Amino acid sequence: MDFDPFVLARIQFATNISFHILFPAISIGLGWILLFFRLRFTQTGDKAWEYAYLFWVKIFALTFAMGVVSGITMSFQFGTNWPGFMEKAGNVAGPLLGYEVLSAFFLEASFLGIMLFGKDRVSNRMHLISSFLVAFGTTLSAFWILSLNSWMQTPTGYHLENGVVMVDSWMEVIFNPSFPYRFFHMLIACMLTSAFVVAGVSAWRALRNVDGPATWKVMKTGVVIAAVLAPIQILVGDFHGLNTLEHQPAKVAAMEAVWETENGAPFTIFALPDEKTKTNRYALEVPYAASLILTHDANGEVKGLNEFEGEHPPVAIVFWSFRIMLAIGGLMVLVAWWAAWQMRDKKPPTKPLLYALSAMTFSGWVAVLAGWYVTEIGRQPWIVSGVLKVQDVVADHSSATVGGTLFGYILLYGFLLASYIGALLNLSRKPAASLSLTAISAPQATNKEA
Amino acid sequence: MEYWLPIIYMGIMGLALLIYVILDGYDLGVGMLVPLANEAEKDMMIASIGPFWDANETWIVLGVGVLLIAFPIAHGIILTSLYVPVTIMLMGLILRGVAFDLRVKAGDHRRGLWNKAFFAGSLISSVAQGWMLGAYITGLQHSTTSLLFSALIAMTLPALYLILGCGWLLMKTDGELRNKAIEWARMAIWPMGLGLFMVSIATPLVSSSIAEKWFTLPNALYLMPIPMVCLFCYGLIVVALNKPEMFSKGYSWLIYACTVAICFMASLGLAYSIFPDIIIGGLTIWESAASVKSLQFTLVGVVITLPVILFYTFFVYRIFHGKATALSYE
Repeated sequence: MDFDPFVLARIQFATNISFHILFPAISIGLGWILLFFRLRFTQTGDKAWEYAYLFWVKIFALTFAMGVVSGITMSFQFGTNWPGFMEKAGNVAGPLLGYEVLSAFFLEASFLGIMLFGKDRVSNRMHLISSFLVAFGTTLSAFWILSLNSWMQTPTGYHLENGVVMVDSWMEVIFNPSFPYRFFHMLIACMLTSAFVVAGVSAWRALRNVDGPATWKVMKTGVVIAAVLAPIQILVGDFHGLNTLEHQPAKVAAMEAVWETENGAPFTIFALPDEKTKTNRYALEVPYAASLILTHDANGEVKGLNEFEGEHPPVAIVFWSFRIMLAIGGLMVLVAWWAAWQMRDKKPPTKPLLYALSAMTFSGWVAVLAGWYVTEIGRQPWIVSGVLKVQDVVADHSSATVGGTLFGYILLYGFLLASYIGALLNLSRKPAASLSLTAISAPQATNKEA
Repeated sequence: MEYWLPIIYMGIMGLALLIYVILDGYDLGVGMLVPLANEAEKDMMIASIGPFWDANETWIVLGVGVLLIAFPIAHGIILTSLYVPVTIMLMGLILRGVAFDLRVKAGDHRRGLWNKAFFAGSLISSVAQGWMLGAYITGLQHSTTSLLFSALIAMTLPALYLILGCGWLLMKTDGELRNKAIEWARMAIWPMGLGLFMVSIATPLVSSSIAEKWFTLPNALYLMPIPMVCLFCYGLIVVALNKPEMFSKGYSWLIYACTVAICFMASLGLAYSIFPDIIIGGLTIWESAASVKSLQFTLVGVVITLPVILFYTFFVYRIFHGKATALSYE
C-alpha cells in the first residue's frame, strides 16, 4: 500500500496532540481543585480534606508528568513535521510559544517540585503558594497556546511580506476575535473534565467502599463543579459557535452539513453526509432549528458548503465530532444535576448514581477530543485560515519515515494510556489513609556538608 | 538592531542548551546508572532527582523554543534533517518521564518493568542527543564521515552525562551508594575524554574557515584558556577519583563542578567556532533570523522572565539542598 506522506504527517501530528491534550485537560482543572482541598483542610482541619488532597495529588503528579513529556514532543513536532509553518508564520507562532515556555512552563515545573516533595522543607504558606503557582502556571500556558491556536483560526493584526507573516499589533494577534471564546470554552472544558474524573473515581471508590463516607465529600466537590459549569459551558459554546459563524462560515457549514446556502435551515440530528453527491443520507431534521440556533432567527441565512468549493473541510467527520460533543455535553448536565439533587442536604448517594458517575469518569476526554476535532479539522485545508494551507508547509519526509515513527508513537501511546488508567485503578483501590502515611517523606536530619 | 538581535538570541539559545546539558545531564546520567544499584539505592537515586527533572527538561524546550522564535528557517532545516534522532530522543524522554511515577503507582508487580523503562528511556535520549550533536557540528551532511562521527558522539555523550550523574550522587548521597558512584565515574571518565577530544577536533576538520579561526596567531593564544581549563578540570577529576577520601572531606562538589566547567568551556569554544553560522557552512544567524519586531517583542519577555526563572530555580535547589531524603511517589 502506498500512503501519502502528507496524510501520514497529519495523522502523526493529530495522534500526538490528541494524546497530549488528554492530560492538560485533567491537570489544568485538577490543579485548582487540589488548591481547594488544601485550603479547606487549612480552614476546617477536617482530615477528609487532607486525605482528599493526598490522594488526588498523586494522580495530579502522574497526569502532569504525562502532559509534560507528551508536550515536549509537540514543541519539536512543529519543526519536524511543519517546517513551512515556522518559516511563514514563525513571527507569530515563535513569540507566543516563547512566552508560554518563559512565563508558564518553568513556573509550573519548578514549583511542582516543592508542591509534591517539599511539604516538610517549606512553611505551610510557601507550600500553598507553590500549589497556587502550579495551578496558575497550567492555566497561563493554556492562555498562550490557545491564543496561538485562535490566531491560526482567525488571524488578525498582521500583514504579509513575500508570503511571510509580519506582525502589526501584538494586542490584535494575542486577543484575536476567536480567542476569548475558545479560551473560556477550553478552560471550562478542563474544569468539567477534571470534575467528572474526581466524581467518577470517587464514585468507583465509594462502590467498593474503600474509604467510607469520606469519599462523598470529594465526590460532591466534583458534582457541584460539574452541575454549575456544564450549563454555563453550553452557553459559552453557543457564543463560540456564533463567533465561528462570523469568521469561519465554512466550518459551521461542515458542522451542520449544510450543502447549499438556505434561509430557515433545519438542524440535522442524524445523517450520513456524502461528499460525492453533496447530500445527507438518512437525514433526521428539525425544521428551522439550525437558523434559529446560529442566527437566533428562524428564517436566518446559513451559508452552505457550495460557497466554499474546494476550500471547505471534510464534512462527515466534523459533523459527527460536533454531535458527539453535544451529546456528551447534554449527558453531563443530566448526570451532574441528578447527582446534585440526590446529594442535597448531605444525603448519601444511591447505587445507580454511583454507577452513572463512574461510567462518566472519562466523558470529558471524549468531549474535549471531539470538540478539538471540530475546530481543527474544521479549519482544513488551512493551517492559518485564509493565509497558509497545510499542504504547503509539510516537511519533505518519505512515507516510510513518517509511517515508521507514527507506528512507534501509536504503540508507545497505547501502552502509556493503558498504564495511566491502570495506575489510576491501582491507586483507587487503596484507602487514602494508607497512602497518607507514606505520602510525606519522613523528616530526616539533612547533611549540611554538601 | 538587525545586527545585534540575532547575536543576543544566539547567546540566549546557547545559555539555555548549556544549562540543559548540565542540569538534565545529571538526571539522565542517574537514570542510566539505576540498573547498577540495588532496590533501596534505586529509590534513593530517583528521590535525589525527583524534585528537579521536570524543570531541568524545560531548558531544552526553551533552547528549541529560542531556535524557533529567533531562527525559524534554521529551526525547520535542523529539525527536519534530525527527524529520526529527534523522534527517538522524544520517545526516550517520554518513557523515562512517566517512569518516575509509574514505577511506584502502577503496582508492585510492574516495578521492575518501569525501572527498566526508566533506564532505557534515559539511555535512548542520551544516545540520540549525542547523535544530534554529532550531526549538527558536522554541518548536517549525510556523508559517511558525518555518520561515523555522529555514531561516535552518540556513544560518548552519554559518558559525559554519567559523569555528571556520578558527580550529583556524590553530593546528594552517602555511604555505599556514594562509593559505588565513584566506581562508576572511574569507568565513564575515559569515554567522556574521548568524546570531548573528538568534538574539539571535528569542527576545524569539517570546515577550513573554522580551522583558520583556531590555528592562526594571535587568535590561537587568546583561545588557549579554553583547552587549558578543560584539560585541567579533566585532570582534576581523574586525580580526585583516585583519592576518594577527599569527597567526604567537604569536596563532594568537585566532580560535578569540574564537569560543569568543562561543559562551559566546550560550549564557549563551540560557539566561537560556529559563529556567525547557525547551520555550519550553510546559513548565518542573520540570514535565518525572524523579523525585528517579533524578536523585540519576545526579548522583553526574556529580559523580564529569565532572571526570575533563574532565581526560583536557585530557590528550589536551595530548598532541597543537602543529602537526598526518601520521598514517596506512592
